[in-house]
Amino acid sequence: MEAALNLDSTFSALADPTRRAILARLAKGEATVMELAQPFEMTQPAISQHLKVLEDAGLVVRRVDGTKRPRRLAKAGIEAMDQWLAMLRKALEKNYDRLDEVLASMEQPKRKRGEKS
Amino acid sequence: MSKLTLKTEGDTHIVVTRRFAAPPEAIYRAHTDPKLIQKWLLGPEGWTMPVCINEARPGGNFRYEWTNAKGRGFYVTGEYLELEPYSRIVHVERMYLPDPTPDNHVETRFDAAGTGTLMTMRMTLPDAQTRAAMLATNMERGMEASYARLEGML
Repeated sequence: MEAALNLDSTFSALADPTRRAILARLAKGEATVMELAQPFEMTQPAISQHLKVLEDAGLVVRRVDGTKRPRRLAKAGIEAMDQWLAMLRKALEKNYDRLDEVLASMEQPKRKRGEKS
Repeated sequence: MSKLTLKTEGDTHIVVTRRFAAPPEAIYRAHTDPKLIQKWLLGPEGWTMPVCINEARPGGNFRYEWTNAKGRGFYVTGEYLELEPYSRIVHVERMYLPDPTPDNHVETRFDAAGTGTLMTMRMTLPDAQTRAAMLATNMERGMEASYARLEGML
C-alpha cells in the first residue's frame, strides 16, 4: 500500500510544529514562500527547507506562475488534515464510551425495581 | 453508528456534540468530580490519570496528569471561568508537552434532551495554526496508541 510506505516520511514531516503550521496555512489556500515566511518570523531559506521536507513527503506541491512558485496542499496533505480530525474524534469517542459506563454505574443504586414502563 | 459529531467552525473553533442516556446532572458531575474524571478522561487506550486535581468553582484550577506503561506522560492545567450547575461550564486549558500550548477556551453545555442529555462542547483556539497543531497533537497520541496495540499483536 502506497499510504503505508509513505507513513514514516509523513510523520517525520508532521513532527515539526512549524511544518504543521505551514500545512494549516496552506489548508486556507495557496501561498508563496514569502507569504508563508511572514507569520513565522523565519527567513525564506528556512521556510524553503521546511517546504522541501513537506514536498518530499508528498504533502505539498508547487505550481509555476511566472517567477513565482506558489505552494498548495497535495491530496496527501488534505488527507493528513482530515486524519487529524479523525484521530481527535477517535480519542473523544473512546472517552465518552467510557463515560457512558461510568454514568451507568452511577445510576444503578438509584434505579427502582418493578417500575412500570 | 456514532453518537458523536465533531466539526471545525470558522478558522479557530472545534465543536463537538454527544448524546448521553443520563440526565445533565450526572454528566455535569462526571466532568467536575475528580474520582469520576479519572475513570473516563483518558484518551487513547493505555493511558491512566494518576493525578487529578479539580476545584470546580469559578476561578478554581484543575490539573490532569496522564501517563502510559512506557513511562511517557504529559499534563494539562486549566482555570474555571464560569460554572452553572448542571448546564454549563466555561474554562481555559493548555497542554504541557512539555512546553505549554496556547490557551484553548472551552464552553461545555449540557442540555436535557428527552430523558437524556445533549452535550455541546465548543473549543476556541487563538488562531488557525494553533487549531491545526492541536489536532495534529491528538493524531500523534492516537498513532502511538495504534502502534502500542500493534506491538501487542506481534
